[in-house]
Amino acid sequence: MPSLPDMTTPNVDALAAERAAGQGAAAPVEMTPDLQAALVEFLLRMGDNTLILGHRVSEWCGHSPVLEEDIALANTALDLIGQTQLWLGLAGEIEGQERTADNLAYLRDAAQFRNVLLVERPNGDFGNTLMRQFLFDAWHHVMLTALQRSSDPRVAEIAAKAIKEVAYHLERSADLVIRLGDGTEESHKRMQASLEDNWSYTGELFVADDSDVAVAEAGIAPAPDSLRAGWDAVVNDVLEQATLKRPEGTYVHQGGKRGIHTEHLGYILADMQFLQRAYPGATW
Amino acid sequence: MHPSTLPSTEQVWRWLSEVPDPEIPVISLTDLGIIRDVAWDGDTLVVTVTPTYSGCPATTVINLDIERKLRDEGIGKLRLERQLSPPWTTDWISAEGREKLRDYGIAPPVDGTAADGRLMARVDRLSGSSNLVIACPHCGSNNTERVSQFGSTPCKASYRCKDCLEPFDYFKCI
Repeated sequence: MPSLPDMTTPNVDALAAERAAGQGAAAPVEMTPDLQAALVEFLLRMGDNTLILGHRVSEWCGHSPVLEEDIALANTALDLIGQTQLWLGLAGEIEGQERTADNLAYLRDAAQFRNVLLVERPNGDFGNTLMRQFLFDAWHHVMLTALQRSSDPRVAEIAAKAIKEVAYHLERSADLVIRLGDGTEESHKRMQASLEDNWSYTGELFVADDSDVAVAEAGIAPAPDSLRAGWDAVVNDVLEQATLKRPEGTYVHQGGKRGIHTEHLGYILADMQFLQRAYPGATW
Repeated sequence: MHPSTLPSTEQVWRWLSEVPDPEIPVISLTDLGIIRDVAWDGDTLVVTVTPTYSGCPATTVINLDIERKLRDEGIGKLRLERQLSPPWTTDWISAEGREKLRDYGIAPPVDGTAADGRLMARVDRLSGSSNLVIACPHCGSNNTERVSQFGSTPCKASYRCKDCLEPFDYFKCI
């Protein structure tokens, strides 16, 4: 039997039962103003990652190489935007300044966005989009797995919902990275180039700052570097099956998590926010 | 409405069983298993709904359809609540709903393949010994293949029957 990425979808019913019995989940902690600010920051990071990647992936709609892939990318984008509504909705609710998920998505400027730089990278070719997706999905899946045991039940229930969707994202992106990596000479060459192109942007997913430490100590979210081993296991396994060579570079591009972005984000926001900026409050 | 004249929750469940899913109109919202609770809070009817996929565009339409149906039946005070946990699973689609899906040309989710079962199905598939049979809803043949993991909506995958050669949607498990 071929080796498999570890994609075990946790048994949600068992987790729910454990939680009901007061086991499994970390004990709730007292919410101080500092911890609340760190939690809002964490939720913005989760929601901005899914929002910006969802928008990027949606740019493929109508342009994919075949109809099935067009539909698959659009559906993946839809899942990510749906998860954004949950994360940013909770961020706005906890922040308590009457900002809705829509306000947060459409009315913040680039420096207020908290997504990692990886997700704002340009799409490149189809292979590059799939490689970026795979590197993100592998992280997303280990992150949501850990978040199901969050000491904050609101975070845990969003994670339990999202992980079911993300399990399909990871399965699909891993399959395609393998198929294209272990494909023709041309597809192999492009996938290796895509891997090297995106590699130095993956490290930011595992770097912690003060707010990461605060939510980790409160048992709300895992410490970012604790996800590294799980991510490595999935990535190494898939790259091996894809006959791709894991880059040796250790340089980490970072800044997105604290609002310092590449110029690409500005173009995404110009496109995404145009309507609400030009016609404030427009609804349909 | 006077409390003694409030319709029973059983009656409300029956009304909801007449509301079709906006994207797959052959099955109702109760067949789909997304109505989590119906209860009276004083003289206000509270209907608790769980989303299928977090980004499903039908969610808004479903809420509107519920509201329209219950208003038509004379419910004056109504509150819709969203419940995320426990997350919806295809295991909650009723047996009747599964048959209606098949008649409509959509292969229903294979029982017990949600969550952990899905992983085992993947292991079997990769090892070439898959026992996860998606039968063609048109001719009943088990000789089918997956075309794409995503179909016309996020909840479906695209399949093809290798006997009758018809393409079909498979309602995949989550």
